[in-house]
Amino acid sequence: MSTSIKHDDAPAGARSFTTKPRRGTKVRRQRVKAAWLFLAPMLIALTLVAGWPLVRTFFLSFTDASLSDLGAANLIGFENYLVYEDGRWYGVLADSVWWQSVWNTVYFSVVSVSLEVVFGVIVALILNAEFKGRVIVRAAVLIPWAIPTIVSAQMWAWMLNDQFGIINHMLMGLGVIDAPIAWTANATYSMWAVIMVDVWKTIPFVALLVLAALQMLPKDCYEAAEVDGIHPLRVFFKVTLPLITPALMVAVIFRLLDALRVFDVIYVLTSNSTSTMSMSVYARQQLVEFQDVGYGSAASTLLFLIIALATVAYLYLGRKQIQLGGD
Amino acid sequence: MNTRQLAKIAKRIGFWALIVLIMVYAVFPFYYAVVTSLKPSSDLFRVELWPSNWNFDNYISIFSQTSFLRAIFNSIVVAFSVVFIALLLGITASYALGRVRFRGRSTVLLVILGVSMFPQVAVLSGLFEVIRALNLYNNPAGLILSYTIFTLPFTVWVLTTFMKQLPMELEEAAIMDGATPWITITKVFLPLMWPAMATTGLLAFIAAWNEFLFALTFTLTDAQRTVPVAIALLSGGSAYELPWGPIMAASVVVTVPLVVLVIIFQRRIVSGLTAGAVKG
Repeated sequence: MSTSIKHDDAPAGARSFTTKPRRGTKVRRQRVKAAWLFLAPMLIALTLVAGWPLVRTFFLSFTDASLSDLGAANLIGFENYLVYEDGRWYGVLADSVWWQSVWNTVYFSVVSVSLEVVFGVIVALILNAEFKGRVIVRAAVLIPWAIPTIVSAQMWAWMLNDQFGIINHMLMGLGVIDAPIAWTANATYSMWAVIMVDVWKTIPFVALLVLAALQMLPKDCYEAAEVDGIHPLRVFFKVTLPLITPALMVAVIFRLLDALRVFDVIYVLTSNSTSTMSMSVYARQQLVEFQDVGYGSAASTLLFLIIALATVAYLYLGRKQIQLGGD
Repeated sequence: MNTRQLAKIAKRIGFWALIVLIMVYAVFPFYYAVVTSLKPSSDLFRVELWPSNWNFDNYISIFSQTSFLRAIFNSIVVAFSVVFIALLLGITASYALGRVRFRGRSTVLLVILGVSMFPQVAVLSGLFEVIRALNLYNNPAGLILSYTIFTLPFTVWVLTTFMKQLPMELEEAAIMDGATPWITITKVFLPLMWPAMATTGLLAFIAAWNEFLFALTFTLTDAQRTVPVAIALLSGGSAYELPWGPIMAASVVVTVPLVVLVIIFQRRIVSGLTAGAVKG
């Protein structure tokens, strides 16, 4: 391989003998050029599927576009967001269903991510212990993560079925409840059903990230703690937890960003019920089912802004906390 | 000493009980779906942990539906194409980002990270427009295109971290031999990157196989749907009489390949997931 190429490049090599620094810059320039050439297809693809559509969504949110005829859109300013007409407020920001869906999303995200972190850490601590069959347990724990969200929602919908579901059956057998609960239809329980499915599905992700962090911890301080007879719980809160906090923060932000855009679980488990509707479900309903692209785009834009804001706030707070911890 | 021994035994029992609990919690919903799918429809509403009558009617019923077979075919085509495109664009981009120092590199990395955090709904209407303009609405090719929004950033990100870890000497030797960057990638890095590519390819495959929102929005007819949409819409008919047996059979059919992949490649998947997150 090298000989033929050497032959091609022989003159350049010969010239470099006298002007060495210039050859270096030539190779460098060639490399930088190649780098941009290699990046180009990816950048074009991302512009096509992410950048441009995002710009268009922003634009469409200021129009009265409808799904049946996207071309015939008129600019209407902020009317999709908020407008005062005939003594009443209209627009996404004046829609109580939108605010309900914002609250649902925030509630869902905070509760499910908190539960996932607690259980994920517990599972990770167990997987970090040495025992026979650990590989099998780890594979089993990964299964919920690999199952498509749609499928896990259906599996749980069946287990949570009000008349024939195994969960009601077991709870009644244990005497916890007297009558079957309509988990997915009842407004009081449906959000918990959604959270239950999401927690089940995403504990593996958190557990694996935490496990990776646990496996990088130094062994000697644990041996020291054991010799000193310090209670394991104390060791966990004083030593392990601070050390895995960075990994935990990464897991939390990944999960939080995922949870804030939740769609699949809710759509399949409770369809368009307002008691569980998330921001994504709301935006899609406006866009596709009501064919109101302008209004739906306004909701999408707000969702985007909320997530961007949450990310910035989280990164800012996280940095501050790490700095405080470092002092 | 006796009490200490007892405490030790109790601790071990508690530990193993916890492991059993975790195992059951993780596996039971899938197991119960398998049990349900093997029951005849007359037994469906009797709760039991082991089917008293075995029966494959549910599987026969879903496999005799051409729309379900089409959905499986579409899912396979979409997932493999998405993996191929993501790896092709990802490997060249990760070479540029991982091995070459140039101005704007960190900006590009930041953009990629930003795109990977995008809520999909935020681009839904704009992407709908693009797909219609390209005449790809209700066409699996439209899904292949749209899935790059979440597979590509992730692939580039993970491959870049792997690329960075390869020793500098390899590339120096290639440069000394006068190899062009393209030859360096294909002859030097590609053979070394296979494990990383297998990992990211696997994760991209699972992501594409499981995707729902775009598949639901950008397709219209049964013949163009992917499996998740087909399963979600199996229940579409009436709210009272859901065909739970076939739904569970279809769920098992779609999930079994993934479970097999996870069991075989669990090491790779774990390393890919943590490389994407921890080092990011």
